[in-house]
Order: sequence, then structure tokens, then C-alpha cells
Amino acid sequence: MLSFTLVLLLSAAAGEVATDRYADGAAPSPALSPAPSGSATEESSRPAVALARSAEHPTPTTVQDDASHHHGGGYRIVQWEWSYVQTPYIIAIWLLLASVAKILFHFSQRFTTVVPESCMLILLGLILGGVVLLASKKQLYQLDPGLFFLFLLPTIVGDAGYFMPARLFFDNLGAILMYAVVGTLWNAFCTGFCLYGVKQAGVIDDKVEAGLMEFLLFGALISAVDPVAVLAVFEEVHVNEMLFIIVFGESLVNDAVTVVMYKVYISFVAVGPGNVQTADYFKGVASFLIVSIGGTLVGLIFAVILAFITRFTKRVRIIEPLFVFLLVYLAYLTAELFSLSAILSMTFCGIGCNKYVEANISQKSRTAVKYTMKTLASIAETIIFIFLGISAVDKTKWAWDTGLIVCTLIFILVFRAIGVVGQTWILNKFRLVHLEKIDQVVMSYGGLRGAVAFALVVLLDEEHVKAKDYFVATTIVVIFFTVMFQGLTIKPLVKWLKVPRSTNRKPTINEEIHERAFDHILAAVEDIAGLNGYHHWRDKWEQFDKNYLSKLLMRKSVYHKSELWEAYQKINIRDAISVIDQGGNILTSARLSLPSMASRASFPEMTNVTNYLRENGSGVCLDLQVIDTIPSAKVEEETETHHVLAGNLYKPRRRYQSHYSRHFMTAGDQERQDREVFQRNMRSRLESFKSTQYKRHKKDRSQKKRKGSDAKEQETIEKPRRNVSWQDKDPVVIPLEPGEEKAEHSEAEKDEDVGITFVAHRGSETPTARPKSDSSVTEVCQSPSVAPPSPTCGEKNLPWKEDVDSLPPCVSSEATKIIPIDLQEAWNQSISSLESLASPPVFQEPQHPHPNTFSRLSAPTRPPTSAEFHFPVGKEEEESGLPQQLQEIQPLMLSGRQSLHSLPPSAALPSGKRRNPCVYLRSLVTTPPSNSVPHSRKPTQL
Amino acid sequence: MGSRASSLLREEDIEEIKKETGFSHSQITRLYSRFHSLDKGENGALSREDFQRIPELAINPLGDRIINAFFSEGDDQVNFRGFMRTLAHFRPVEDNEKNKDPNIEPLNSRNNKLLFAFRLYDLDRDDKISRDELLQVLRMMVGVNISDEQLGSIADRTIQEADTNGDLCISFNEFIKVLEKVDVEQKMSIRFLH
Repeated sequence: MLSFTLVLLLSAAAGEVATDRYADGAAPSPALSPAPSGSATEESSRPAVALARSAEHPTPTTVQDDASHHHGGGYRIVQWEWSYVQTPYIIAIWLLLASVAKILFHFSQRFTTVVPESCMLILLGLILGGVVLLASKKQLYQLDPGLFFLFLLPTIVGDAGYFMPARLFFDNLGAILMYAVVGTLWNAFCTGFCLYGVKQAGVIDDKVEAGLMEFLLFGALISAVDPVAVLAVFEEVHVNEMLFIIVFGESLVNDAVTVVMYKVYISFVAVGPGNVQTADYFKGVASFLIVSIGGTLVGLIFAVILAFITRFTKRVRIIEPLFVFLLVYLAYLTAELFSLSAILSMTFCGIGCNKYVEANISQKSRTAVKYTMKTLASIAETIIFIFLGISAVDKTKWAWDTGLIVCTLIFILVFRAIGVVGQTWILNKFRLVHLEKIDQVVMSYGGLRGAVAFALVVLLDEEHVKAKDYFVATTIVVIFFTVMFQGLTIKPLVKWLKVPRSTNRKPTINEEIHERAFDHILAAVEDIAGLNGYHHWRDKWEQFDKNYLSKLLMRKSVYHKSELWEAYQKINIRDAISVIDQGGNILTSARLSLPSMASRASFPEMTNVTNYLRENGSGVCLDLQVIDTIPSAKVEEETETHHVLAGNLYKPRRRYQSHYSRHFMTAGDQERQDREVFQRNMRSRLESFKSTQYKRHKKDRSQKKRKGSDAKEQETIEKPRRNVSWQDKDPVVIPLEPGEEKAEHSEAEKDEDVGITFVAHRGSETPTARPKSDSSVTEVCQSPSVAPPSPTCGEKNLPWKEDVDSLPPCVSSEATKIIPIDLQEAWNQSISSLESLASPPVFQEPQHPHPNTFSRLSAPTRPPTSAEFHFPVGKEEEESGLPQQLQEIQPLMLSGRQSLHSLPPSAALPSGKRRNPCVYLRSLVTTPPSNSVPHSRKPTQL
Repeated sequence: MGSRASSLLREEDIEEIKKETGFSHSQITRLYSRFHSLDKGENGALSREDFQRIPELAINPLGDRIINAFFSEGDDQVNFRGFMRTLAHFRPVEDNEKNKDPNIEPLNSRNNKLLFAFRLYDLDRDDKISRDELLQVLRMMVGVNISDEQLGSIADRTIQEADTNGDLCISFNEFIKVLEKVDVEQKMSIRFLH
């Protein structure tokens, strides 16, 4: 069964095209055309299809005809349909294997920080290759160029292009072009000529039958820096953005140079060096211009098409991500079709469309695009490296020549270094930011070779290039050396050289504003000084973009938003999301250094965002077209978001927010103003908190009903509500609740309560672990501490109280991340339990106006009487209605006027107001309570 | 014209300007010819109108503010020295002058670059950016489609983020602090031709 390989199968379809592109006129390489097995597959699969089809029809009859089935044996219940499912099956198994391998590598964190993933994957590939070789005596799998160029490479390049930081890229465009064009040419020629020289000198074995043209060809394919390898290695190194963009940009842009040189030399080799005419060299140069500029143009055309299409997807949001993938991929394929530089095309398509597409599509589509692209790119990268390893274990393709290998290694390293130093010297004369010596070292050392070189060398035609096997072996060694040795050592090197690292953070609103101002200032100064410099032209471009391009390519509703406003919204949304992820403790300075989402390898917080967005949709929806409960018109969603944000998010009445943590720790000398702000915030949180408890209290009530004790219903409703908030706030007060709990509820109920509560509780329970975040927590928390110690304090042995105590002192922040889901569950539970009541869930609130309105409206302003501050304890008081209400507001009132000393670790981690986590989010971050009610019923897009 | 203009410039002046601003001789003569071509009144000084005649400045949202930055308080003329002194803020920081003289802060130091930007906001020169001042600049930088309310929330948030002492204004120190992670040396420099 193993004899059918992924490679073979796909190569049948894919091989031809790729061969056309890279080896004009060259016959398909042996690696590509395993004709016998490929056709055997097709033959065997055809009957299999027929078999499977026919199996579907007889099913009903055979079931009835049980007897004939048993005796005749004409139909078998279980059939072995391997050949039918083979192709997708093997692909799926490979993907699974690659993904599991990734997981395994990341088990040991210490290990992965030292050894780059790409190294591990290559090693794994070597092992797998060895296993296959032992099992079947010949190597069946290898990195197939067709598969690589048509499927694996585009996913990586597409991801890189689409998420390319455009500003950074164009800021350094000069350097990138220089290194990509001049540097690659320099490397190729020098390596080729020197290898030829060395060959003449006799260092390379005579068995390597290669002339000048062959060596130049080899030099061309081996000298190009590889985007896949650079991405894989540099991603883990985190050098500063400028350095990264220069090396990475070079690796993308040099594709044009490589393609042209490769093709030119192939044709030269084919016709024989003697027959090359002068005109052919000029054709080569012209071809370079056409390939590079043409590729770029194709990319930009597709970018415009894509952006234009996404203008009109308002009613079919669900296919927005598909358009992005399709058109970006089409840009790649179209460039391949015309044998232009496909990588350039895809890169520029991504860079060009990003701004407009991101503005046009919905937030969910954005997340979907991002996630899918990253997933695909990540898995493609994994497969590439595994297959590189596997391909190496194939002795039939190897022809080892130490002289050639050593010389190649030395030459590519030396010439890369010389090239970089020389070009940097020239560039520094023109650059505003000089490239320092350490930058040059990293750039020289970061010139990694990779799968592109391998795929190209495999595509060589053995008829014309006699030394192909030697070249293949050398290429593999070079790739392994650069990816493994250099990849392994570049991190220590970067550390040792103290190369500035990337900061990995998102700009703050101040930076957004001031940097925009800087741009305007610089443009103006250039104009005054009469220089038509970079800023002058950028300014011109932006004018053009604003006046024409954006008008054409952006939705009207988006176009009219200012970029600054968009940036502001983005920041707010980011903060708001992290509010949830951190369990509601966002109001600290920590928010300014949120972990970046840029890294492909890991986006922990993204996971939660998606969870969030997913949970956002309410209930089950079978309509594939619908993502939202409400038709997600962009305008509507934006007005809403905007309204909410404008009205609510971070409206800073007082400044200090970022200081809560510190002030809170040293509580005593807190300024009065601080407290007011804090209290206002906390009040709103508490309200959202309370409303959450409706869910729970509804649930309780239904349970109550089952018990038949309607009289006590009101209490039961009230109690859990208080429970949660207090538990969340201060363990000290908790003892009070257990008494009631014990009296009224069954163990099961308690468990449920505890479950919800503790999730909220845990998140912020760890002051030591997350000192910054917990400060912001809540002022309300204070109220418990001032409250008189309740007599029930002794009841610490209650089951759920024990739970609290037994919690580890440091709970990872992960714990908080489940909150939205938990709440969702709680909500669903409450819904289901409410069904017996036959009341529509959404309108539950009005049914219990008193706790809600009472606390929400009157609590903040109402001057509480001191007598009522004593915590009503004991069952007698519970029975009476009024005390209970007071109990209800007590936290609020306390928080309103007590001075807050010790801040109990807590989380006013409210919980989705009703079922919509968004609302919860809003209410968390914002103050005005009056707004929250009307909004709460509409799902909002964030 | 360039040669005629530079001939009007005496060597001593050039030397002095060189010392003060760090521009090279050729840069100074080049900028002097620019200065001269801007100087329509031919009186050796530029007025606001001279600046306003530059077409690109008319469409630069911060154009007027930047023009103002060239004029010291109460003055409506700027001579070549002043012109050069302002432009010197945008000279890139050269490697060899980074720690030349720690006592005299060069015009193109990080702080001076930031101060220049800060002054654009700080209209009343009280060394604080108030909410109103910030709003004015924001209004210049965004289109008419942003409502006052929206702009207000941006301004509020901006101030909240930067303000550490609670006066609801951004002082220069707070301004420096909030941009400390920004590569100001790079982002507030342009390349003057040699």
C-alpha cells in the first residue's frame, strides 16, 4: 500500500506545469514522472470508484435480502476501499503527522528555544526517510517540485505577502532591491565562476562533468536566499524589524532574478555554450525586466480586483475569506502561467490589497483570513522541511563529491559576506538609518538557502546537466548546513552581538497620532527645503491614494472613516479583547504591551479571540450563510461599534487608570479622585456582574420550582447573585454565603455555582502572578473588607469554600480564558432550565425589575444609611424582602463611599450580560449604565 | 541662480552656521539657494507669505503649524540663520557626533526633535498640550467625516494614556515618555542632499 505516494500522486497533476515554468523545453525529470506507479494509481482507482458507487445502490436491497447476502457472498458488508480513498488519505496522514510533530516539538519549551523548529523537522524527515527506506528498500517520498511550487510555496508566500508590513517594506525598498538584484547576481556569478576555477584547478573530482555554464547554472540556483528558510529561522530569532524586512524582502524579491538566471542558463546549457550569441545575453536582461516588472504588475492588478470585489461583499460575508485566498492564489498562478515571477506577483498582490481588503471585510472575515493563512503557511512550512529531510535519504540521487561540497559552502558564505559588506557600504551613503556592522554580520549569516534551491536543482534535466546528481547532493548539504547549523547558531550569535531585538508590540494611540504628525512634518520640511525626497513622494502617493484609489476600492462607509479613527478603534478593540482574556483586568499599563499577534508560530490570545467571536453568535444556526444572528451590514455594525466605543470605551474622566495597580498596592495614600473613577468603573462592572447572575438565578428559580417552594423563590434568586460577586471579590466575605447556600441549595446547585464563580475568581486571584492586572480589579471588592465580619465565618469547611482554599496560589492566566465559554454554558443551562417557565429568555430582566433597576439606577447615587451597611446575616433576614434588596445593593453602596483599603484579589469578572459576551465586554470597559440595557440585546461585531 | 545666491553668503556666516547646525558647506549653500528662491521680497528674510506660496504646504494638514515653527515668537520674518536652525532639527544623527560634546545639545538631538513636534501642538506655549490643543491638531489631521464626539474620545484616550501627573494635559516630559519606544531619531529625520 505504501507504494503509492503523496508525491507521485500529486506530481501527475502538478508536475507538468512547474516543469514548464522552470525548465523550458527540458524534459520532465525522472523524479517527477514515475509513470508506472502514477498510472497504476489511476487505473486502480477507477474501478474502485465504480465499486464504491455501486455499493451505495444495493445497500437497501441487500439489507432486506439477508439470506442471499449470507449464502451468496455477493455483497460484503465491509469492503476494503483503499484505492478509492488513497490520495486524500495519504495527504491527510502526512498533514496529521506534520502537525503532531509540531506539537511534540513544542512540549519542551527549553528545547524549542534553543533548537529551531525547522531543524527538528528536517531531522524528523531524515528519520522518516530512513524508516521508509528500510521498509521498502527504495525512497518513495521526496519533495516534489510540482507540489512545492504550486501548493506549498504559494501558501507561505501568500501569508508573507498579505501580512507584510507595507510601510516598513517600502521604507527599505531601496536596500531590499539592491540586495535582491545586485546581491543575488553577484553571488551567482562569483560562485559559478569560482567553482569553475576550482574545477579547473583540480580540486573537484573529474567525475563531476560540468563546464562553465553548468557551474553558472548551479551558482544561480544555489545563491538565492530562500524565503521559507529565512521565515522559519528569523521568526524565532526576533531581530529588529528593519533587519528582518531587509533579509526577508530580499528573499522574496530575488525570485525574479533566480527565475530568469535559471531559465537563461538552462537554455544556454541546452543549446550548448558555443552556440550562445550576444543577442541572447540582451534577451536575458530584457527577460529579467519583463519577469520582474510583469510579475509585480500582475500582482497589483489582482490586488485591485480583489479589493474591488470585497467592496461588494456586504451581504455575503461568509465568502469574503475565500475571495482573499482565491485571488491571491490566482495572482500566483497567473504569473506562473505567463512564466513571470510568481513570488513577486503574490507578494505585491498581498501588500497591495491588504489595506483595502482589511478595511472592507468584516472583523470575523479578517480573523478567518488571518487564521487560515497562518495555518496553511505553518503546515506548508512543516511539510517542506520534513520532505527536505526525507528527500535527503535517497542514495540513488546522491553523488557525493567532497571537493564540490566544501568549495560551494565556502564560496556561498564568503561571497555573501563580501556582497553584503560591499552593498551596505554603498547603501549607507544614501540611507538615513545606517546599517551597522552587526547588522551586516546578521545579514551575511542569515543568507539561508532552502527548498526553492532544492526544487530547482531537482528539476534539472539530467540529459543536459550531467553532474545533476552531484549538484543535488551539494544542494542538500548546503541547505542542511544553512538551515541547521546557521539556524542553530544564529540565535546565540544575535544575542552575543546584542543585535537590537524587535519589540513586538502594537503602537499606542499616542504613537499613532504623533507618528502621523511626524510624517506630515517631514513632508512639509522636505517641501520647504526644496527636496523631492522620500517623504515628498510618499506624501504625494498618499494624496493619490486618498483621492482616487481608496475612493475606488473601499466601501463608502469605510472610506469616510479616517485612518486615525480606525486606528483608534483597533486599539480599543484590542484592549477590550484583552480585557476578556485577562479576566477583566485591563486597566493597567500592561495593556500597552500586549503580546503581538504577528507571530505565526503562536498566537495565544488569538485563540481566545476566536473563541470569543465564535461564542458571540448565539445558539445553533444551521444556515451556512449566516454568521450573525443579525444581518451584519457593515454600516450597521460600524455605527453600533462606533457608538458603543465612542460612548463607552475608556472614556477617561480621570487619568490614573494605568496606575491603579501601584496605587492600589500602597492603598493608603490614594487620592480621592482616583477612588471616584475607580468606583465608577467598578459600579458598572458590578452591574454587569449582577445581570449575569440572572442566568444563574433563573436557573435557581427553576430548580426551586421543582422543589415547589415558591415562597422562597425570591431569596434564592437574590442569593446566588450576591454570592458570585462576593466570592469574586473577597474570600473573607465568602463564609457568609455558604450558610445560605447550605440552607437553600442542594449540593449540585452549589457545584454549579462554584464552577462559574471560581472561573471568574481564579483569573484574578493571583496577585503575585499578575500584580499589575489585579489592581485594576475592582473597587467593589473593598466592600467586603469593610463589611462587618459575618458570623458565618466559621463555616469555612463548606465544600465550595474548601474549593477556594485548595486553589493553588498561582493560577495561570489561562484559567481566565475560559470565562466567556463558561458563561455561555451557564447561559445555555439557564435557558434550558427556564424552558419550563415558558418565558422568553431575553425578556427575563423586566420580570425582576427590582434588583436590577434598583441596584443599577439608585445604587451609585443613593446615599446609603449606615445602619444598612451591616451585612444581614442569618435566615430570618433572608426571608424578608427589603433587607434582601439592601443586601443586594450593599456592595455598591459600600463601594460608593467607603475608602478602599486592602484590595482583595478579585475579579469583578462579570460575565456576559445576558448571553452576549460583547455586551459584557462593553460594560466591563465602560461606565454608562443606562446605555448598556438597550445594547445588550443586539449582538455586536467587534 | 544658485551660484549667485551662494555668493551672497559670506564664508564667515557659513562657518558659523556650520558650527551651529552641523550642516556641511555644500548643504548650506544648497539650502541658501532654496532660501533665496523662496525669498520673493529679496530682503534676506522670509515672511509667512513666502512659505505659504509653496504649493505642497497648502495641502499639508499641518502646514500652517509647521510654518509657524520657523518664526520665533512675535516675529514675522525669519532670516537664513533661523531658517537653518529650524531645518537642523531634521538633520539625521550622525554616528560620529553622537557623543561629541555632551554639554551642548545639538539641534538634531532626540529631545530637540521631540520638542519641535511638541511645539506644534502647544499653541499657547505653556509647555503643556491641553485637550483643546490636541483636538485642534487632530481636527487638522482627520477629515470632516469624524464627528467631534469621536475626535473627543480619541483625544481623551490619548491624554489619558500619556498623562501621568493627572493634570489632564500632556507635558513635555510626558510627551517624551509616551514616545520613548519610538525611533524618533529616524522618524524625525530627512536626508539632506550633500
